[in-house]
Amino acid sequence: MPHAALDLNTPTADEVKTTTCYMCACRCGIRVHLKDGRVRYIDGNPKHPVNRGVICAKGSAGIKQHYSPARLSKPLLRTGERGAGEFREIEWDEALALAAQWLGDIRRRNPDELAFFTGRDQSQALTAWWAQQFGTINYAAHGGFCSVNMAAAGMYTFGGSFWEFGEPDWELTKYLMLWGVAEDHDSNPIKLGLGKLKARGAKIVAINPVRTGYGAIADEWVPINPGSDGLLAGAFIHELLRSDRIDLDYLVRYTNAHHLVIRDAGAADDGLIARDAEGHALCASRVEGEGIVLARANAIDISPLVVGECTLADGRKAVPSFQLLAERFLADEYAPESVSARCGVDVATIRRLARELAETAFDQAISLDQAWTDVHGREHSSMCGRPVAMHAMRGISAHANGFHTCRTLHILQMLLGAIDTPGSFRYQPPYPKSAPPPNRPGKSRKDNGSLDAGPLGYVQSPEDLLVDADGQPRRLDKAYSWQHPLAAHGIMQSVIRNAWAGDPCRIDTLFMFMANMGWNSSMNTMGTRQMLCDRDADSGEYRIPHIIYSDAYLSETVAFADLVLPDTTYLERHDCISMLDRPISDADCAADAIRQPVVEADRDVRPFQDVLIDLGTRIGLPGLLKDDGTAKYPRGFAQYMVEHERAPGVGMLAGWRGADGSKSGFGEPNPDQLERYIEHGCVWEARVPDAGRYYKMANRDYLTWAKSLGFVGSTEAIVMQFYCEALQRFRLAALGHGAQQPPESERERVARYFDPLPFWYGDLDSSGSAREADYPLSAITQRPMFMYHSWGSQNVWLRQIAARNYLYLNPQTAETNGVGDGDWIWLVSPLARIRVQARFHSATAPGTVWTWNAIGKRKGAWKLAANAPENRDGFLLNHLINELLPQDRNSPSCANADPLTGQAAWFDLRVRIERDRTPQVDGHRIEMNGTRAMP
Amino acid sequence: MTSLPAAATRKLGLVIDLDTCVGCHACAVACKEWNDGGSFGPLPDKDTHGPEPEGVWFNRVHSYEATGMGSGEWGMATAKSEAKSSCTSPIPDSQFLIPGTIHFPRSCLHCETPACVTVCPTGASYKRAEDGIVLVDEDKCIGCQLCAWACPYGAREFSAQRGVMQKCTLCVDRIYNETLDEADRQPACVLACPTRARHFGDLGDAQSDVSKLVAERGGYALMPEFGYQPVNRYLPPRPRRDASRANSHPQPAAEAIDTTQMSPLLRWVDRVLSR
Repeated sequence: MPHAALDLNTPTADEVKTTTCYMCACRCGIRVHLKDGRVRYIDGNPKHPVNRGVICAKGSAGIKQHYSPARLSKPLLRTGERGAGEFREIEWDEALALAAQWLGDIRRRNPDELAFFTGRDQSQALTAWWAQQFGTINYAAHGGFCSVNMAAAGMYTFGGSFWEFGEPDWELTKYLMLWGVAEDHDSNPIKLGLGKLKARGAKIVAINPVRTGYGAIADEWVPINPGSDGLLAGAFIHELLRSDRIDLDYLVRYTNAHHLVIRDAGAADDGLIARDAEGHALCASRVEGEGIVLARANAIDISPLVVGECTLADGRKAVPSFQLLAERFLADEYAPESVSARCGVDVATIRRLARELAETAFDQAISLDQAWTDVHGREHSSMCGRPVAMHAMRGISAHANGFHTCRTLHILQMLLGAIDTPGSFRYQPPYPKSAPPPNRPGKSRKDNGSLDAGPLGYVQSPEDLLVDADGQPRRLDKAYSWQHPLAAHGIMQSVIRNAWAGDPCRIDTLFMFMANMGWNSSMNTMGTRQMLCDRDADSGEYRIPHIIYSDAYLSETVAFADLVLPDTTYLERHDCISMLDRPISDADCAADAIRQPVVEADRDVRPFQDVLIDLGTRIGLPGLLKDDGTAKYPRGFAQYMVEHERAPGVGMLAGWRGADGSKSGFGEPNPDQLERYIEHGCVWEARVPDAGRYYKMANRDYLTWAKSLGFVGSTEAIVMQFYCEALQRFRLAALGHGAQQPPESERERVARYFDPLPFWYGDLDSSGSAREADYPLSAITQRPMFMYHSWGSQNVWLRQIAARNYLYLNPQTAETNGVGDGDWIWLVSPLARIRVQARFHSATAPGTVWTWNAIGKRKGAWKLAANAPENRDGFLLNHLINELLPQDRNSPSCANADPLTGQAAWFDLRVRIERDRTPQVDGHRIEMNGTRAMP
Repeated sequence: MTSLPAAATRKLGLVIDLDTCVGCHACAVACKEWNDGGSFGPLPDKDTHGPEPEGVWFNRVHSYEATGMGSGEWGMATAKSEAKSSCTSPIPDSQFLIPGTIHFPRSCLHCETPACVTVCPTGASYKRAEDGIVLVDEDKCIGCQLCAWACPYGAREFSAQRGVMQKCTLCVDRIYNETLDEADRQPACVLACPTRARHFGDLGDAQSDVSKLVAERGGYALMPEFGYQPVNRYLPPRPRRDASRANSHPQPAAEAIDTTQMSPLLRWVDRVLSR
């Protein structure tokens, strides 16, 4: 407009609707401003507890995701060969009838022949329930690929975890140690928090082979070698123990560090906690005038011992678990001098950082003037705070030693007395829960065909595993088998390979939602793509007979589906960010949220959640039909969100329950519940009472409040597992005890890795040092902040920021390898070699190379031009990563994953650089080593 | 040639904190989104799915490595830096210097004496008398791009599709917009910034929050030597508390007991703890 008439009061929208973002896993509150029936812009909801009004690059780019030309618009039925991307459009009636026929046949025959895997799905409270009703054990989301090491180590250790179940005390911490954090998880809360820390002058230390985003603003960057974080944390523990700078009172109050561990080599209970006749854990306690006596470890006003062997009533010996840990970490192998070379961190730095942790925790301790009552009824006038916080994510998780490394970090936090105190790491409700929570994975089917429990859960002893009479895996992905007993999120990255190989079983249908398993959510991607297309030599049929895929976009995996069910965008549907799933609480406030459709879909697409309920109804799943056989939720997921009850009074949403909406947590369904959510910005919050804000694991004020909302079953103290007794039960089985024992091939592995105390080990590749000489560099990935954890990463604005990736390496590393800045080189692993373009990056540890992940795309996907940089120059490191460990002829195949949890060990990748004869000629290429695309 | 208004007393501008900018591009995309559909849009994109995607952005974030700089302040802040003590490497036996990474958001600085305005042959580029915001009246813009040549900061964005010059408006269609809640009358980039590294206000008022912030943090103008008197200010990175600033050299932890003679565990044997 001419500026003579510049109108600065133009109304910006006809209408503003709130909902929840879905551009990553952060789940911020957004306001969608609508004009003339279209989205004008999206901004952050200032009243939302997650983001307080801020919005990240992905969130703002959501408008382009919503209007992406790569959106699917109609159900598709494959007409050509798998992978060719040839389809014909069909009507929903035909699509659903076909899916219902395949699924119904499977359910009548053997429900486990359905493998149902959802990717970065945010409706697992529904999808897991649906799998349970279907009766298949073969269900999971993408956690096995992503972060199960963090979740499992946290849940088995202290009933919470980094990221989703806890956060640093952004208001009070004075020292934040970021371990191997990628650029996100979660996005805006960490950024908001870092801004606060910088303003307050808190010190931030980034321990990471690569210095980018958060590391850039950290006070100190420690360029550690990948996979050695557990060793560095172990050295910190060594230093703290040696200098006696630990909080022993905290340990005996809130952990099982004083619990007595039976020392009776060869016995069936060796290494378990000593208990009295009633099953109560014992400790040794000093009593005035009586000397040392055995006492119940949970007794109060006693003086427990943390070192010293004592004699149990039956004459056997036992020692406090603290002593075992101290012996381990005081040993020379965890001395700074011993770990320095492997970690790539000098001795002086290790000592100084350990000392800084102790100085902050103890010499700069804080005291909050807040009265509280502990679980034993004792009143305290203040809260002592240890203002050291830690946060860890991908860099810890994606190694085969990730579980124990994460546990080492939690032990370090406990020794500093720095879990859920003012200034330290804090739980987010509904956490803490008992460590681990009591829900075990479903194992058997009821008469109506449904599983006896949800397909995912926490095993506590060998009896809980999903193995057959010979100890062999029952699940397709081998989760909860002796190979990966604690696979609490399943092992998504093993699904396609195992289904193809029939190891341990064949399936009929692979049903995927939002899981790009034909591209960046797989290892050995080229092999995986071949397996999806491979046929049985005898029958000529596909080895994976049916593939159903639901996605909103034309992602790489679509081409492999037989049947494509097009999903809506996140602005076109109802969703539920449920307390039963992955809530959005912060440490001071429990919260759940919904999505509401803010615009109508203009294509023939349906929300996946509605489709799932429709399919389940068609095949008559329990819980989806009324007694008269008619559909229970004919209005789909929105109706289910409100009316479905998991247990009496407990549903998907915790807010505005009860007939009149007056109840929280428990209460009968409220028909107006969604309206209440919408009135409140699509989010419900319940503030933790002031007296319950810290020491949640042993705080009566907190636990009473948490129980009233159904977060915990009792108000008893949650004891942190300094010593993880559950692990010892598996180890004892491996040593020949009990009815359920591992097969011979797995005994040694279980006995080694199921150590109840954390320890450090390198990667699992048995070829060892020879391999290091052949492949001297570590190769890792991260995603840039503006694409992190984003579903359809191909976005016309975000790709203008980066449409391709490079291989980044330190100039010294480049010089050693004769590589110039901008050269095309070969990056070589035992599996394959890829041709990539190198770029110098000084802020990379010299032994590491890295790249931005998932920018590289496959030709034909995402509506990108064939010569788009994503296709032409961009690349995945996945091509280089073996999905299996090297295997000798007689041992069963085993995933390249953490031996406890099945977490994909993609950061264990080692590579070498080979120069290309024509380094200036463009173009990414992939060459498999020999014929080994398919194993 | 276009003349400037008499010096304005109000000088609206941005204060950008390089100490907390993590380079996430949130400001850039929020800016693009607001302005694409706003009074000064669209901000066209070309080759959206092709080999050379590009478009008009009023705000861009650049990331720089700063190897071998002082441990305290880097990059753009060197003018303000103290003595540069290079931080030596924590990597054993390495001469490797710890590199800095600086993320630098760049947009129009709304200079007090902008050459982009005075060079404009049609009066399309102009500086508002009431608040100092530099705008382009597209109806008068002939697309000659002289302003882009005149601006030493690269703040101008020429739209080939539209044939006009575009630039940061400081969200002038937001900040006065009474159809928005008062709290929302801020530039989109400021509202979006997840680390709250961006601040908006009147830098002509010494008592404004932004002026106080600049005074407190030693905020500086970008390349003042050109003489255009930018209004926007950048806050330099705060001194980093790294090894070079550690208060003493770390020594091995002192042993309370002779561990060659006794178990190191004995230090805790007589400890009286309470549960």
